Amino acid sequence: MQNAAAVSTAARSAAAASRRGTARSRAARDGTERVIRGALLGCALLSVASTFTILVILLAQTGQFLAMPEVSAWEFFTGTTWSPLLGAEKHFGIWPLVTGTMLITAIAAAFALPVGLVVAIYLSEYAPARVRTALKPVLEILAGIPTVVYGFFALTVITPFLHDHVSESFGTYNALGAGIAVGIMILPIVASLSEDALRAVPRSLRDASSALGSTRFDTSVKVVVPAALSGIVASWLLAITRALGETMIVALAAGGLAHMTANPADELQTMTAYMVQIFLGDAPAYGVEYRSSYAVATVLFAMTLGLTIVGNLFLRAFREEYE
Amino acid sequence: MNAGPSATMTNPANTSSPNEINLRKPDFQSAAPAPNGAPDEVAIRADKFDGWYGEFHALKGISLEIPRCRVTAFIGPSGCGKSTFLRWMNRMNDSIVGARASGTLTLDGEDLLSRTRDVVELRRNVGMVFQKPNPFPKSIYDNVAFGPRLHRSFRSSDLDELVENSLRAAALWDEVKDRLKSSALGLSGGQQQRLCIARAIAVGPEVLLMDEPCSALDPRSTASIEQLIRELEAQYTIVIVTHNMQQAARVSDRTAFFFEGSLIECGDTDEIFTNPRNKRTEDYVSGRFG
Repeated sequence: MQNAAAVSTAARSAAAASRRGTARSRAARDGTERVIRGALLGCALLSVASTFTILVILLAQTGQFLAMPEVSAWEFFTGTTWSPLLGAEKHFGIWPLVTGTMLITAIAAAFALPVGLVVAIYLSEYAPARVRTALKPVLEILAGIPTVVYGFFALTVITPFLHDHVSESFGTYNALGAGIAVGIMILPIVASLSEDALRAVPRSLRDASSALGSTRFDTSVKVVVPAALSGIVASWLLAITRALGETMIVALAAGGLAHMTANPADELQTMTAYMVQIFLGDAPAYGVEYRSSYAVATVLFAMTLGLTIVGNLFLRAFREEYE
Repeated sequence: MNAGPSATMTNPANTSSPNEINLRKPDFQSAAPAPNGAPDEVAIRADKFDGWYGEFHALKGISLEIPRCRVTAFIGPSGCGKSTFLRWMNRMNDSIVGARASGTLTLDGEDLLSRTRDVVELRRNVGMVFQKPNPFPKSIYDNVAFGPRLHRSFRSSDLDELVENSLRAAALWDEVKDRLKSSALGLSGGQQQRLCIARAIAVGPEVLLMDEPCSALDPRSTASIEQLIRELEAQYTIVIVTHNMQQAARVSDRTAFFFEGSLIECGDTDEIFTNPRNKRTEDYVSGRFG
C-alpha cells in the first residue's frame, strides 16, 4: 500500500502532464465532424438512389410495354399463354411464368425449410462443440458455391438419378431436378440463420426446462424452437426470396418452355429464366419481347417485396422477448 | 415464523419484515405430494462427496445430511462450491462438459449419481428455482402446465385445477387469476420468481432446490418469497443457496457454511449464527470476510 503523500504527488504530476502538448481547437473538431457526416450521408444516398433508379427504370419500361399495340394489360395480368418468341401470334399472359416460378420455389422450400431446421436443431441442441465448430463453416462455404455449379449438378446428377430410379418421364429438363438443386442451394441459409436464432435463446430457458424433467428433445421442440420462432421464420422467408429470384439453376436445368403445369417431371420456364433468354440475344433491343422482360421483372420484384413485407409483419406480431 | 436467529441477526436498516405482507394461506390439495417420510428424517445424504469441473476440484469431501420438510441454507463466499453442490442434487451438472463426481449422494437412500439413475424421474422429484427468474416466453398458464404436460396426459379440468393449486401454493393466484392466458413476461420480477416456484411445484416434487432465488429481486419481493419458503416448508424439503446471511438466518432451520470447496460447518441455524464452533464460520457470519 502506498502512503497518502505519494498518492497525492502522483495525482498532481498526472494533472500537470495532461495539460502538455498542443490543444485541438473546437473549430478543427467541428470541421472534421462535418466532413465525416457529409461522407456518411453521401454513401447512404448513393445506395438509396441506385435502388430507386432501378425501380424507376423498371416501372417506366413496364409502362411502355403495356402501352404497346401487341399487348394488353388485361391479358398480361390474367392470361395463361406466354409465347413471345414462337408462332405468328404473340401472347403475353404472365401466369405460366408465375406458376413455373412458384412450382420451383415450392419444391425447393418443401425440401430446404424442414431439413434446414432439423440441421439447425442438431447443430444448436445436439452436436458436441467440436462437431459444431467443424460443420458451421462448411455450411457457410456451401452458401458461397456459385449457383451455376448447382445448375449443372442438377443436369448431370439429379436429373439422371430421377430418370433412372424414379420415373422414365423425367426428361433432360424438368422442374423437380431444378427445384431440388435450388433447395440444396438455400439449405445453408435456413440452417445457418435458424441455428443463430436457436443459439440466441438464453441458456436459462433450457435449464428451466431440463430442471422440470424435459428430455433434450422436449426442450428443443417445446421451448427452444417456439422461443426462436421469429428468427426461424425470418430465415425461411429469406430462403424463399432467394429461391424466387434464383436464375442460373433454373435457366440450366428447368428448360425454356413456358406453360402452366403442376407436374414436377415437366419442363417449365421461370420468370428469371425468361429474362436470361431475352437478354442473351434472342430478341431485338427495344422490341416488344425486350420490353416484356422488364414487365416480368417488375412482377417478380412485386412478389419478393410482398413477401418481405408479410415477413416483417409476421416478425413484429410473433417476436417473443426472452426476458 | 421468525424464530430465534432473526432476533439477533436481523439488521432493521436494510430488511423489511416478511410479516408486512399478508399472504393467503396456500391450498395444497393436488399440487403437493404426501411427504415421503416423517419430517426431520434424512432426505438427502452426502458422504465424502467430491466434485470436479475438468481439473478443478470444486467440492472436497462433503458429508452432510439434509432433513425432510425443513429449510437448509448453504452459505459461503462466491466460488465456494455451494451452487455446484446444489446442481448435483438434480444432476443439472450432467450437461456441463467435464463435470464429474465421486463419493456418495443419496435421496431417500437411493444413489443420485448412478449412471443408471433415471434423470427425468429424479428431476420430477427434485425441483429447482434459479437465481434469475426464467419463465418461458409463454402464457402464465402454459408455464405452470409445462412440467405436468411433460409427464402425464391430463383432462383439461384436472390440469386447470393443478395450475390453480400450484399458483395458490406459490401465493400468486390472486394476482394472476384474471390473466392466466397473458404472457408470463409481463409479470414483475418477484411475480416471475413466484411463477417459477409454482412451475416447479406443479410437477409434484419432494425437494425444492433454490439457487439464490432472491438475488435479482427488490426487498419487498424478497420478503414475499421468504415468507413463501417458510410456508412451503411443511410440504417440501427445501435447500436454498444464498449470499445474504440475514436471509439464511430468517428462512432456514439448518445452515451449512462452505469455504473453498469444503464444508466448514453444518448445524442448526441458531447455532451457526450465534455460537459457531469454527473460527472461519464466525468470521464469515459476522461479516469479517466474504
